Amino acid sequence: VTFKVDPPKAPRAEVLVAALLGGATVAALAFIVLLAVARHDTQLLGLTLGAAFALLAAALIVTAKLVLPREHALEERPEYGGPRPDLAVPVTRRRLLAGAAGAAATALLAALAVPVSALGPSAKDESPWRRGRRLVDEQGRRLTVADVAVGSFITAFPQGADPRALASPVVLVRDDPAKLKLPAGRRDWAPEGILAYSKICTHAGCAVALYRKPTYEPTSVPPALSCPCHYSVFATREGGKVESGPAGRPLPQLPLEIGPGGELRAAGDLSGSAGPAWWGTRR
Amino acid sequence: MRLALAVLVLAVFVVAPARAQAPPLFTSACSACHGEQGEGVPGKGPGLKGAGAAAADFYLNTGRMPLSHPRVEPQRTKPDYSASARKQLIDYVASLGGPAIPQVDPARGDIQQGFEAFTDHCAGCHAITGRGGVAPPGTAPALQQASATQIAEAVRVGPYLMPKFSERQIDRHTLDSITAYVLSTHALPDKGGWGIGNIGPIPEGLVAWLLAGTLLLIVVRVIGERR
Repeated sequence: VTFKVDPPKAPRAEVLVAALLGGATVAALAFIVLLAVARHDTQLLGLTLGAAFALLAAALIVTAKLVLPREHALEERPEYGGPRPDLAVPVTRRRLLAGAAGAAATALLAALAVPVSALGPSAKDESPWRRGRRLVDEQGRRLTVADVAVGSFITAFPQGADPRALASPVVLVRDDPAKLKLPAGRRDWAPEGILAYSKICTHAGCAVALYRKPTYEPTSVPPALSCPCHYSVFATREGGKVESGPAGRPLPQLPLEIGPGGELRAAGDLSGSAGPAWWGTRR
Repeated sequence: MRLALAVLVLAVFVVAPARAQAPPLFTSACSACHGEQGEGVPGKGPGLKGAGAAAADFYLNTGRMPLSHPRVEPQRTKPDYSASARKQLIDYVASLGGPAIPQVDPARGDIQQGFEAFTDHCAGCHAITGRGGVAPPGTAPALQQASATQIAEAVRVGPYLMPKFSERQIDRHTLDSITAYVLSTHALPDKGGWGIGNIGPIPEGLVAWLLAGTLLLIVVRVIGERR
């Protein structure tokens, strides 16, 4: 083995290193002083401590690059075809190790693969909506026609069902029945202009928490429900049709009927499955 | 019969002036879109019957009315008219009928409850810190300049694209609480550093990663050595 030593690139840089270290010392001392004097000035504290570390780092970099000599070690290669060097520790239990490594690799791959099955909709997410199921608010109070004013929007749930189920929450809005352009076959889904849509966005499953309600329509835009996550916009008058945004299918609509005393009831199930679309499993 | 007629004529003369005349400022500034008597002009502006003092006070005192063009999004500016002129317009619109200016008292509200209600009803558009956001195709304004009364008015009136909230959805006490919360966001506790508009922890974190990460990569590149 032969050694070769390069002389330092710039011996004078020692002065620079000393200056940087001096700066780091000053900054660290300033931090200590500040801690005693102005404890609550977090910006100055951070600045001084940060400067101390930064200067120290700079000093180390300069030392490594310019001050220290560089050593190169060259090792002779053994001649080709010469005597074979003995392996100091021969591996004797190769099969055991290979088996253990194979088992570990398999287990790890399985551990990575199993969570994939948790993605997407769960088979248990069945819709709780049936014909005649009453609509209640967050506190479980029954909702009536009088509760849904034009221009406001209300979140409703099926009475007696799990409110956390994906298909449970719906949004109620009210519109002028003459202005509705619902798809064919949904003519009587919105009695007195009251519309119900699933509150779960069909794009990524966020809560559709925005109701765009124009004060004066001729100079503005028609009403729509919108999702605050990625701004999918669903036209409430057209059966939840996607007006813009990344959602790929309309917001499912819930057919409504009005019972005695004006109570709101479902007239059937949602028009589609609620929740985000997933590999074509939802339409 | 004559007496009845005379009484009727008198009644018409006495009752007719009781219906407020539109003030001259209304005729010159508002009637182009809202009509001579606030009945509205089709395709330009809504009728003001039923708008009430709440809406008039909100739109005029936040400078959202008058608009330069009927299709422009109303945005907060310095009010155009003097306080007395605005009062005159508000009184006139109020005389056409509609809700009065809502009473609100943030001091009676509970900030924690307000925070929760704001999360449920408002944060989707206005952001949890009240710094505003997007409600396509419009914008949801930042709430830092809004007074307690203006917040309450907006909740009850639902200006522009905003929905309105009835007493059933947001009762008086909750409204007090929401106002208390919004007012508390006017001056957020500032622990120092670069605020980047209090746009929320996720974008703030992204900025930190992008800026600090880039800086660190540059430093690593300078320290490292290649042969």
